[in-house]
Amino acid sequence: MMSLQNFMNEAISPWMKEEGPDSDIVLSSRIRLARNFAQVTFPIIAKEEDLKPILDFFDQEFAHQSFKEYKNFELVPMNNLKPIEKRVLVEKHLISPHLAEQSDHSAALISENEQISVMINEEDHLRIQLYYPGFQLEQALKRASELDDWLEEKINYAFDEKRGYLTACPTNVGTGMRASVMMHLPALAMTQQVNRMIPAINQLGLVVRGIYGEGSEALGNIFQISNQITLGKSEDDIVEDLQSVVRQLIDQERRARDTLMQRSGLQLEDRVFRSYGVLKNSRIIESKEAAKCLSDVRLGIDLGFIKNISNNILNELMILTQPGFLQQYAQETLTPDQRDIRRASLIRERIQLEKQ
Amino acid sequence: MECQECHQRPATVHLTKVINGDKTEVHVCEQCAKEKGYGESSFSLNDLLSGLFNFDHASSLGNGTAPSSTPPAQQLQCPKCGITYQEFTRIGKFGCAECYKTFDDKLNPIFRRVHSGNTEHNGKIPKREGGNLHLRKEVEQKKHLLHQLIEKEEFEEAAKVRDQIRKLDKQLQNEQGGDG
Repeated sequence: MMSLQNFMNEAISPWMKEEGPDSDIVLSSRIRLARNFAQVTFPIIAKEEDLKPILDFFDQEFAHQSFKEYKNFELVPMNNLKPIEKRVLVEKHLISPHLAEQSDHSAALISENEQISVMINEEDHLRIQLYYPGFQLEQALKRASELDDWLEEKINYAFDEKRGYLTACPTNVGTGMRASVMMHLPALAMTQQVNRMIPAINQLGLVVRGIYGEGSEALGNIFQISNQITLGKSEDDIVEDLQSVVRQLIDQERRARDTLMQRSGLQLEDRVFRSYGVLKNSRIIESKEAAKCLSDVRLGIDLGFIKNISNNILNELMILTQPGFLQQYAQETLTPDQRDIRRASLIRERIQLEKQ
Repeated sequence: MECQECHQRPATVHLTKVINGDKTEVHVCEQCAKEKGYGESSFSLNDLLSGLFNFDHASSLGNGTAPSSTPPAQQLQCPKCGITYQEFTRIGKFGCAECYKTFDDKLNPIFRRVHSGNTEHNGKIPKREGGNLHLRKEVEQKKHLLHQLIEKEEFEEAAKVRDQIRKLDKQLQNEQGGDG
């Protein structure tokens, strides 16, 4: 069996191991662009003869190509993958659950460092995704737009002067852009401030979701914040608006952490070490409890209670303890009960690695 | 529950509107619903929106089945992909790029609701499909700048911008001529 160290090296996307600005609070920044071929019906109603040429075209034109620092794109067709493999790609955020459900003529074009993933024949013909570590939305937008230009050299996009980039869903038309950041907000969540902030954030045309997108819970106090509006505002303006909200949230979170430390430092320390104890010692742990404890431990690292543990343990273990990864590591299908056992032992092993 | 419009008949149409997180509930009778324009189109519109955003209260729309009078708009059909307007509102998705033209007259209210009042694109223009839109937008921006400069009485700068506009205009004319 593969060692955890090797498994992790392969499981965690190379870009995720880098640190970005404000990465104590902002885990990652993402830009997603929805694009369609001008002359082809959209995937929801398209027939095989419409979609297959798009996939073949990508195979010919873009597989094994490089764009700037993103080397060696690999085209991963969905129908070549086992269900567990697809699930792993979803858990790494390289493909959407929707793409995983499509098999025929759907694929993802993924760069070697996994920073770029272009989903092919998802809800739109193309969903171009680009990730950066930490809080780097502007940089992500710049690169995503360059990547878009590079693809456009060979593609006629569906575009209308009045409506912009035409997409299958009216919620994406215009820029076709969804900018988002993944934030760890434990102090704001602990002090019940997040729930009060969400309506205000919504008023600004932004959406707050859990870590695995629409409808998902904010596991481990990780929140995804993204723009709702794609029409009528420029890409730069959308990113700027999102950035200013994120900056405020970073400030608020830091302030809430300070206040907690001053008013109830010992209780906080107690909570952190109890969670650390659970992770170090439990033999069975379900994903919700694991996420909560991981969030506490990460906060403990940020606040200096816990030393000698790398701070990306949260990002790593949030992904590694998802069902798909657990099963891939185990090399077999697991029932939920078996997963809880595997999850506990994987976390213990991971913490043990830190001490070497 | 009585109708909140006429306060006479019982309310049989129940709507939940959610706009940017603001939730308002409307309880009216069928007659008032028709008069106030909560008719077919607004039902499907709401249906569409609730489908789009996975609102929990989507089901609250369900009990008042939409009034069944079908206006001709529902029969619009996209010549390219064959999707009808009714199908579009039901699934909340376009079938192809051409749908945007086919249903154009009906789209502004939808876009306004989804995109906080916006109906027109104001962002990136692709190099290939955008045609000379780049140039035209640039001319527009320069003209705007020109006005500002004149107002501020910065005539020297304004003259420069004016010359730039002339040059761009010429370029546009040439391109249009070239394209036939």
